[in-house]
Amino acid sequence: MAMTRRDFLRHGAGAFTVGLAGPAVLADLARAQGSGRRALVVCFFAGGNDALSTLVPYTDPYYYSRRPSIAVAAGDALQVGSDSSGVSLGLHPGLPALRAIFNEGRLAIVQRTGYANSTRSHFLGTDVWGSANPASPQSHGWLGRYLDTLPQPVDPLAAWDAVREIPRALTSDHVPVPAIPSASGYAFSAVNGGAEAARERVFAERLASRDASDRPHLAFVNAGIDAAMNTLDKVALVAKYAPAAVYPSTATGTTLKTVAGALVQGVGTRVFWVQLGGFDTHAAQAATYPRLMTEFNNAVAAFYADLRAQGLWGDVLLMTFSEFGRRAYENGSAGTDHGAAGLMFAAGGGVRGGLYGTAASLNPAPDNPALENSGGDVGYETDFRSVYARVIDHWLGGDSVSILQGDFRRPGLAFV
Amino acid sequence: MVYRDEVLRHLLRRAGFGASDAELEYYSRLGRRGTVETLVDFEQIHDDVDAFVGAPGYVGVKAAGAVFSPNTVIGDARQRWLFRMIHTARPLQEKMTLFWHNHFATAYSKIAGAYGAADATRLMAARAAEDPAGQEGQVETIRRLCLGNFRDLMVAMAKDPAMLIWLDGRYNTKARPQENFGRELLELFSMGVGFYTEPDVYAAARVFTGWNLARTAANPSYPRYEFAYNASLHDTAAKTFSFAIYPDGGRTIPARSADGGLQDGLDLIAAVAAHPQTARRLVSRFWSFFVSEVNPPTERFVSGLARDVLARGFDLRAVMRRLLQSPEFRSEENYHTKYSWPAEFVARSLKEVGWEGFTLNNAVSQMASMGQVLYEPPDVAGWEQGPGWISSGGMLARMNFAAQLSRAQAAALVKAARPHASSPGAVLSHEIGRLSPAPFGREAYDDLLAYLTASGAWTGSDAQLAMKVPGLVRLIVGSGEYVFV
Repeated sequence: MAMTRRDFLRHGAGAFTVGLAGPAVLADLARAQGSGRRALVVCFFAGGNDALSTLVPYTDPYYYSRRPSIAVAAGDALQVGSDSSGVSLGLHPGLPALRAIFNEGRLAIVQRTGYANSTRSHFLGTDVWGSANPASPQSHGWLGRYLDTLPQPVDPLAAWDAVREIPRALTSDHVPVPAIPSASGYAFSAVNGGAEAARERVFAERLASRDASDRPHLAFVNAGIDAAMNTLDKVALVAKYAPAAVYPSTATGTTLKTVAGALVQGVGTRVFWVQLGGFDTHAAQAATYPRLMTEFNNAVAAFYADLRAQGLWGDVLLMTFSEFGRRAYENGSAGTDHGAAGLMFAAGGGVRGGLYGTAASLNPAPDNPALENSGGDVGYETDFRSVYARVIDHWLGGDSVSILQGDFRRPGLAFV
Repeated sequence: MVYRDEVLRHLLRRAGFGASDAELEYYSRLGRRGTVETLVDFEQIHDDVDAFVGAPGYVGVKAAGAVFSPNTVIGDARQRWLFRMIHTARPLQEKMTLFWHNHFATAYSKIAGAYGAADATRLMAARAAEDPAGQEGQVETIRRLCLGNFRDLMVAMAKDPAMLIWLDGRYNTKARPQENFGRELLELFSMGVGFYTEPDVYAAARVFTGWNLARTAANPSYPRYEFAYNASLHDTAAKTFSFAIYPDGGRTIPARSADGGLQDGLDLIAAVAAHPQTARRLVSRFWSFFVSEVNPPTERFVSGLARDVLARGFDLRAVMRRLLQSPEFRSEENYHTKYSWPAEFVARSLKEVGWEGFTLNNAVSQMASMGQVLYEPPDVAGWEQGPGWISSGGMLARMNFAAQLSRAQAAALVKAARPHASSPGAVLSHEIGRLSPAPFGREAYDDLLAYLTASGAWTGSDAQLAMKVPGLVRLIVGSGEYVFV
């Protein structure tokens, strides 16, 4: 297969390393290899990530004219080449580790991900991305529906929510997902010591396992207790994990260390849910945004080094998303208001890195097709469900058409 | 199965935070109707609960610094609020305050990031009487207005300094309108998604331009952040909406002089308060908070109370009185059909199990693991409620809190159980009676009985009670049944 410059730009440097196999063959290969050891780590940038600060179109004059005080300077952007439309792009200067992974061909950046008539509401947006169902955003989550397709009985640690609340994405018909924000805090305390302590635990388990089908709400709570009791011992193993890299002591660093611990200890988790909040940068964005990028970058740097050392980098796919992007122009408080399309990262040893999709020109002219909302917001180009579909089909070994209730597959979007 | 006093206990779990034995006795004398009147007309009840913080016989607090300073140290403010939930003689006032704290969800951390910890605590939690400049924190304002007029409450929140920081109103100017507050006013505080348009959001942002903060010094030694309308930053042009702003159906807020521009915001708040969907949405939220999260609201309830909200000019007290007397609220079908919030769980378990020797800073840290930090809702939409509270980590935290509390109360629990020591069944009935969980099914009930005899045949000796009763209490308080209020 001849590799043209265009292919390179579309598929990224990683495309060189996949050899001659066509997409179909690769998909078969992925299925044949199974997904037994593979894990997906979903990282939610909560609050609406300003994608135009994450990936900077540093040659677009409108980027600078419309964001006079918050634009990332061209000289500061960490260049990652040009996309298939020829637009030069650079990562935020707080993301050197991401750029290093990009340069290895293991970071895919999917530009302008979103959906038609994007909501500007945090909550509706989070539900849309979680359910993967803009028409019915209160339905179960896309990852929950994937978990529902796993053969019964599903391992109680098949999914690991590192946030206190269960996100919509992980809600399912019959797979209760444990919420384990900290492995070390996840232990059972007893009133008594010795044999009596063990008895308390046995009876707590027994109580929660009693049939409560006449009261589904009680059955639901009892399932939460069950999930806790069934995961305690494995999580205790994870809490003992000694990483091969030094993680920053930030929330994200601690969480990714826990994820690495779970992978190394082989507790069987397929899906991890991680969250980094604070992206609702309506004001003073130039002060807050670099902090967010640095926290993410430093945690990923340690995670990458750790998993490389453990030989597990190839088994991990780290994917990021946010509920929406932000306005193309800055507001009066040196921040940005809620916008539309955003971007997604996918990183891991099995990723075909590169720039996917095209950047929007930020020209506010009414005939600029890349913008919506009277030139105010970046319009979507890649339906976010196409990214999910790729992950489901080619990483998790599921069937995206049934899980996403529609065919969102796009052959060109072959980042895994 | 309905326990003794369950009618009253249901009322007190919902309109308050449960009841200690002494409170149950007090409210029993008032009867159900008298209790409702006392709860709703709480201003008639002398409010001196803060005077007992640190006094013997009450749950303890632990100051973060040398002196307990709830006006300026957020950890102390959190303990004081929990203290009030447990010991107040005005339980519905605390319950409503919690409801509105979630509705107008504002988080301390962003305020602290802007103005530092002491000012942020004042802006969230200061009691005016205890501040030399008389500053009243947001949650204190809510406490004062919680059963007043809903429109007035929205105006107070729109002018609230913490809100102006939280939703960036302080940056909203005619040159660069800032949408954050205008959007949430429509989406979260009033009508909700589906009843306004994007252009309405942009117009709402312009309406509130100039609603700002100033550092004032009524008392020169104590400057404070307060609301200030800055006319020079206000957009004086007319603003048109997709819904009626005025009673005549007019949708346009007219162009006004800059000096009179404050009226724009008052007009818009009056309009969204009067929007029929706002009353319906509010009543639906009352249903979830006070009546049931398991059974859906009846149309009769929603339309009846929504009509009341509008007919009575947003008078919340009248609506709440009617709610608590409604057949839906009183129906046994709706008993134990609400997932307790961590604050409810903690306050109720302390009231029912006992608080002797317990300090609330323990509860504050464990509530974080349960998913709720007071003055720190996760985002503008407040906490994820109902089943959203329930996760394995959160349940483990509740179970562990139950264990810690039972261990701390062991001696008192044994003493109270002694008169019932004749049989395991009598001990179990006694504990279930005082803890009022949702009824246990037959099998679960038998499990609890079996627990009492799992370590040896029943003798009822003090040694056996000491080993088993605290364990039994932790099992009940840590059960799924106890989650429900």
